[in-house]
Amino acid sequence: MSTTKFGEYGGQYVPEVLMPAIEELTDAYERYVLDNEDGFMDEFRERLADFGGRPTPIQRADRLSERYDAEVYLKREDLLHGGAHKLNNALGQVLLARYMGKERIVAETGAGQHGTATAMAAAHLDMPCEIYMGKRDIRRQRPNVFRMRLNGAEVNPVTVGRGTLKEAINETMRDWATNVEDTHYVIGSIVGPHPFPRMVRDFHSVIGEEIRDGVQKKTGGLPDSLVACAGGGSNTMGTFHDLVPDEEVSLFAVEAGGDELVVDDEEGVAPHSASLSTGSEGVLHGARTKLLQDADGQIVESHSVSSGLDYAGVGPELSHLVDEGRVTPVNVDDTAALEAFHRLSRTEGIIPALESAHALAFLEDELGPDADGEHDLGEVIVVNVSGRGDKDLEAVIEETEKRDLDAAPSMEVMYE
Amino acid sequence: MSDDVRTAVSGDEPALIPYITAGDPSLAATAEYVEALAAGGADVIELGMPFSEPIADGPTIQDAIQRSLEAGTTPERYFELVESLDVDVPIVCMTYYNLLYQYGESGPDESDYERLRRFVARAAEAGVSGLIIPDLPVDESDPLRRACDEYGVDLIFIVAPTTTDERLAKMREQVSGFVYVQARLGTTGAQADVSDATHESLTRLAEWEVPKAVGFGVSEGQHATEIVEAGAAGVVAGSVFVDIIAGGDDVANRLEAKARELKQGALDGATTDTPKAGK
Ligand SMILES: Cc1ncc(COP(=O)(O)O)c(C=O)c1O
Repeated sequence: MSTTKFGEYGGQYVPEVLMPAIEELTDAYERYVLDNEDGFMDEFRERLADFGGRPTPIQRADRLSERYDAEVYLKREDLLHGGAHKLNNALGQVLLARYMGKERIVAETGAGQHGTATAMAAAHLDMPCEIYMGKRDIRRQRPNVFRMRLNGAEVNPVTVGRGTLKEAINETMRDWATNVEDTHYVIGSIVGPHPFPRMVRDFHSVIGEEIRDGVQKKTGGLPDSLVACAGGGSNTMGTFHDLVPDEEVSLFAVEAGGDELVVDDEEGVAPHSASLSTGSEGVLHGARTKLLQDADGQIVESHSVSSGLDYAGVGPELSHLVDEGRVTPVNVDDTAALEAFHRLSRTEGIIPALESAHALAFLEDELGPDADGEHDLGEVIVVNVSGRGDKDLEAVIEETEKRDLDAAPSMEVMYE
Repeated sequence: MSDDVRTAVSGDEPALIPYITAGDPSLAATAEYVEALAAGGADVIELGMPFSEPIADGPTIQDAIQRSLEAGTTPERYFELVESLDVDVPIVCMTYYNLLYQYGESGPDESDYERLRRFVARAAEAGVSGLIIPDLPVDESDPLRRACDEYGVDLIFIVAPTTTDERLAKMREQVSGFVYVQARLGTTGAQADVSDATHESLTRLAEWEVPKAVGFGVSEGQHATEIVEAGAAGVVAGSVFVDIIAGGDDVANRLEAKARELKQGALDGATTDTPKAGK
């Protein structure tokens, strides 16, 4: 039996009606994923290559390298089919559901990227699929909603609360509890009850394996630091997992600092999503982890300009690695992320997801012309570009207009 | 160990166990509603303590929880309400694990047991007789069990239609007060009929010594009759009462009338000669 916890984090805090399904899933995870029974992992890797387009490149970012006076490499998960790292996990879980004999897929989505990946994987593997998505996120991410529907998935709007990822997870858990006998819930990050945090990490760990190989080929050694954005933390752990044992590699998890790092206890809102940097221990969505909560234990509403990072919790394994001092949690604010979005687009010809722009903004905060440089990132830095930004264009236009951003193109002439 | 909950559920008559959310729409209203339910024949009252992420509840109770939170209900105000109640019926607190875990100021490196103990001590002091924590399966419940035993508070577990025999065996060792039989898959919410899973679950639990109460979907006297006929010692109903509260019209009288209807339905079920399980 794999342990359900990472130190004190993790566990299985779910309604009894789900426990048998979770035990069944744990058994399937151990047999198919860990022991490669029936060649599951071989089939998974083959489909990731043929359908998904893996491996994705490690690219040297020439202008960023010059700007930051370091060797900056980009892990191009934006080039994975569907436009984000999310496909690794979605494909793994939908395939596992098929091995388990499940007949129906449900999933939640925040940015829509996980929903899109799940809808694609479900279409690819011929499984019916329903996606829950917060109303507010549906508005922020229209192109992804349409993509899910193009792939034959139903998209169910969730109206309670602020209508973001947290509410969508609640709703998907309810669907799962009602249809647990034939349905698999493809959770979208390294969150939720055991075995999800381990299993999702394992499906994404191909990112870090490819980073190790790619950097080895290009530089003959290991990177000095890895940088990835953390909402739930799936691309973060996918990037880090293979290199956690290599203590000389620094690991930075970049959270959404939103507007500012405070919590309004009265209103129950946090204008950020930085649960690793500012959260406290509690139980949410089936796992014990670091959370944004008020003094009574009510979960507060988070905020980020990037819907994929807009979540009040984070994966239990990341919480543990932060407590152990192995992973350094950092954060950047909405404006810095938007500037990084424009900077990468203009200087390297890559339009990153707003989530990934957070990871890039950390470089600017640490190494840019106005940086105060609190952390030592070393010479060879890999940033995971977890996804591409096409889905974010509407949000970026709106948010850019609200701000006076140096790097942003003027849109005025376009509107006349 | 307190016997109030167990005694109340396994008395001569079948028990009615209504659920409402404390603080919906205000704590003062809840006090009045609890009295109305007691007057209508409730034997135990499940009083929900609102948590922002109620994953085991359906839309009806979720909305009630949201109304309650907006009205400013906190765990501490909940306990003050329970202290102020003047009813003869045991109160069971239904809530989610995070609220127990966060209760009060915690010191550095405190164990789970020490943290949970603070909540249980306060609950016991306020007069809460039992706890139902739907997101705490038996596998994770040892520290809470210990704290509950210490303060004589019952820890009530839910058995689902999907619960395996292996899990049932674990739960049998842990359960106290009564066992809550979840009549159908899914979340709480009023339904038009009694699920077949009810009979099956009661058969599986026939030999357990604790009384069994069936809930999830119960909304009419006839449902209560069928459930008692199937061998249950009690009937749990929540969303149907919460709907009345949400309606906002002549609430206390309608709660009392609904309680009376369900209690009568349960009594009708007991007049047939089927032996009552758990007696
Ligand atoms: C491109 C991209 N990166 C990152 C994330 C954040 O998720 P996680 O922290 O689980 O990688 C998302 C979430 O949807 C995403 O779409």
